Amino acid sequence: MTALPPFQTVLDEHSAAVMAILQGAVGRDGAEDCFQETFLAALRAYPKLGDAGNLRGWLLTIAHRKAIDHHRARGRAPVPVAEVREVAVEDGIPEHDPGLWAAVGALPPKQRAAVALRYGGDLPHGEIAAALGCSPEAARRSLHEGLKRLRKELG
Amino acid sequence: MTTATAKSIELDTINEFRARATAEGLLDVAYTTADSPFGPLLLARTERGLVRVGLPNQDADELLADLAARVSPRVLEAPKELDEVRRELDLYFEGKLDRFDLPLDWRLSGGFRQRVLRAINRIPYGQTRSYTEMARKAGNERAVRAAGTACGSNPIPLVVPCHRVLRTGGALGGYGGGLPMKEALLELEGVLDGKSGS
Repeated sequence: MTALPPFQTVLDEHSAAVMAILQGAVGRDGAEDCFQETFLAALRAYPKLGDAGNLRGWLLTIAHRKAIDHHRARGRAPVPVAEVREVAVEDGIPEHDPGLWAAVGALPPKQRAAVALRYGGDLPHGEIAAALGCSPEAARRSLHEGLKRLRKELG
Repeated sequence: MTTATAKSIELDTINEFRARATAEGLLDVAYTTADSPFGPLLLARTERGLVRVGLPNQDADELLADLAARVSPRVLEAPKELDEVRRELDLYFEGKLDRFDLPLDWRLSGGFRQRVLRAINRIPYGQTRSYTEMARKAGNERAVRAAGTACGSNPIPLVVPCHRVLRTGGALGGYGGGLPMKEALLELEGVLDGKSGS
């Protein structure tokens, strides 16, 4: 069992990854709200976590749930293209291809989450499975299907 | 416009998180670092009061990990929560404050140690006491060595003035922040001038 580090350390080390996957999953405007909800939920539960073995996977699981809540509350699944395009321009991150992220945003939820976790959050397959609450096999399949669809749509 | 904007957005995001965590009562331990004439101090408080002062020669990360383990892992950097502590310490270092008026959280010291530290907390500015006197005030005159240990383990130095405790006869004894710091504090309080050794 690993002792829980001060929560500030968790925030410092993982906030960028959480923000990245949330932007991939719900778009820029939604990401801000989901980020707050994710870290507040994490902070509430933190003392009872017990083990600091996989803080990143734990946080990304919460982020994933908050992203789903966000989509449910909006009553729609995919993020409109215009919104995502705006994100990439405003953030000015050159390696972010707006067309690509728009296509990711249009994927079915599981595939979208798997792709965002893998390429936005840089997570290995095992942790993606943990974050999505499914088997590694299912996570691999979602990622594979998502990538296949992206390749098809983007040529 | 590009990277700078993205970064400032993230700072706002963190600030908002901190504000919402505080409003929800989730901030169990707030900390910040503050400048002092001796180097950076770590200041940490709970809802009860000041719980930890880390001196410049102490490892801040270790102290924060210790707070996470012994008080609560809900430890967040929140400078505003320590404004009053910082203000009083600044005045103290300028020689303009001879009595801290801060709520204290004693939970990091138990039993005899806490009794020693509470006795130390009543030593007035500019005066000194011996380890023996502190042992007696804490209820066990013979536990002089334990009183010394209690001083050495003081989690709230400066504010709980363990620098005012000397060996019987006036020798400086020890100090967690190093003897030069103890000497400087006693000089600041006007104790050492012509008094060393008495």
